[in-house]
Amino acid sequence: MTILVLAEHDNKVLAPATLNTVAAAAKIGGDIHVLVAGQGAGPVAEAAAKIAGVSKVLNADNAAYAHQLPENIAPLVAELGKNYSHILAAATSNGKNILPRVAAALDVDQISEIISVESADTFKRPIYAGNAIATVQSTAAIKVITVRATGFDPVAAEGGSAAVEAVGAAHDAGTSSFVSEELAKSDRPELTAAKIVVSGGRGMQNGDNFKHLYALADKLGAAVGASRAAVDAGFVPNDMQVGQTGKIVAPQLYIAVGISGAIQHLAGMKDSKVIVAINKDEEAPIFQVADYGLVADLFEAVPELEKLV
Amino acid sequence: MKVLVAVKRVVDYNVKVRVKADNSGVDLANVKMSMNPFCEIAVEEAVRLKEKGVATEIVVVSIGPSTAQEQLRTALALGADRAILVESAEDLTSLAVAKLLKAVVDKEQPQLVILGKQAIDSDNNQTGQMLAALSGYGQGTFASKVEVSGDTVAVTREIDGGAQTVSLKLPAIVTTDLRLNEPRYASLPNIMKAKKKPLETLTPDALGVSTASTNNTLKVEAPAARSAGIKVKSVAELVEKLKNEAKVI
Repeated sequence: MTILVLAEHDNKVLAPATLNTVAAAAKIGGDIHVLVAGQGAGPVAEAAAKIAGVSKVLNADNAAYAHQLPENIAPLVAELGKNYSHILAAATSNGKNILPRVAAALDVDQISEIISVESADTFKRPIYAGNAIATVQSTAAIKVITVRATGFDPVAAEGGSAAVEAVGAAHDAGTSSFVSEELAKSDRPELTAAKIVVSGGRGMQNGDNFKHLYALADKLGAAVGASRAAVDAGFVPNDMQVGQTGKIVAPQLYIAVGISGAIQHLAGMKDSKVIVAINKDEEAPIFQVADYGLVADLFEAVPELEKLV
Repeated sequence: MKVLVAVKRVVDYNVKVRVKADNSGVDLANVKMSMNPFCEIAVEEAVRLKEKGVATEIVVVSIGPSTAQEQLRTALALGADRAILVESAEDLTSLAVAKLLKAVVDKEQPQLVILGKQAIDSDNNQTGQMLAALSGYGQGTFASKVEVSGDTVAVTREIDGGAQTVSLKLPAIVTTDLRLNEPRYASLPNIMKAKKKPLETLTPDALGVSTASTNNTLKVEAPAARSAGIKVKSVAELVEKLKNEAKVI
């Protein structure tokens, strides 16, 4: 059994979610190969070769792969993947974009966002916004799987010494092209990897009031998230959204401020170790999942909390 | 140009689902069903393209039980011109649905196919990508903006760090994200008119598609419940608990 893991990267840096995906591959068992498809992504391939447990790195360097366009990368993964028992990618926006295209090219069903490995062919995954957990068995010759990063502790980024092998195969479907990219700038830790997350909802009232959360987050070394209500109201950009349709986080501490706790929001954070809710409505559903609840006006409680931590 | 929109009948997003006692699945008897929220956004985008004069005809398709006709009628009331139901009582995988949609695409030859990014029941986020792979078309997933110009479509996509814009050759596949638009409500006169619009029923057999699956759901369980928490009286007590009891700060 040999497993192919598709590396997540921006041609410069290997994304941490790759380490969680390798951890899932290690649970399945067998040789683990990592595919780095990009342009000038040599440093990423070198970083991938150092991951503990990886035995080979395939480096596909081609202009067609520069922006992770699925029309070009999926045929590459499908072609290489024919020799593997499992193909894994992180359930990031890239992984979700590319892998179903690979599965269809190989004519197999995909298993999305697994949170645990029961055996080499059986996996658990959440359905209905995390309100049910399905155990799914695959009889496919090649199992195509995306991995929810928060379900697996990352493997060590150092300690491996895999060989890097260049892959010449070039696929350029010519049906799509990259136009532009606008990335949100932030000095705070990345939302999905942060140990502490402070999130604000509709109760924040406006975007300016998020400054209270930023001040608290900076003191705690936390990332700042938001509910869909806060994003839709234009308080903060959408890449801060935590939930079924946004990011899935599972930090040590999640502080929900002015968030009622709709099913769709809980789907993105209810695996956090400790959940704190600050809300003035003591009937808010968020209190049903919170380990510590404080019924208070957030505009008094948050500045006080910032002073005390 | 012709636009094809795929819609799915799912449990209403406000319903708190319950797992069946025998762990065979989720109890959907007597539960309110609706159009998947992302599919509503897909229908809305198609209607807006028609209002702008970009789209000339909107065909809406659903794959599922005969009751999915309700969701097709809803789409017709929102502005779709005609509907196709591929009737199947089975619970189909994304790949099977993508294969059926490919057969419909071959038949209808749309220039643009719009789907939701994921269905809120299975949470798979696969069908649009799989349809794009099977048809060989470009894909613009998680779209927050769609602009057709000539024989290409520019799609702005929501990605992990922000937004990305790609240009796709038509025909192409687009999947909708939440912020693409705000779906309208169907008016009563339009609901009445929708009853007269054509609705064609097909079967997987008639389309010559095998819906066999390599995935097998062994059981469905309720997630582990969180132990009940406590309410603290003050910020000072909260900080004390986080430091000394939970030890997370």
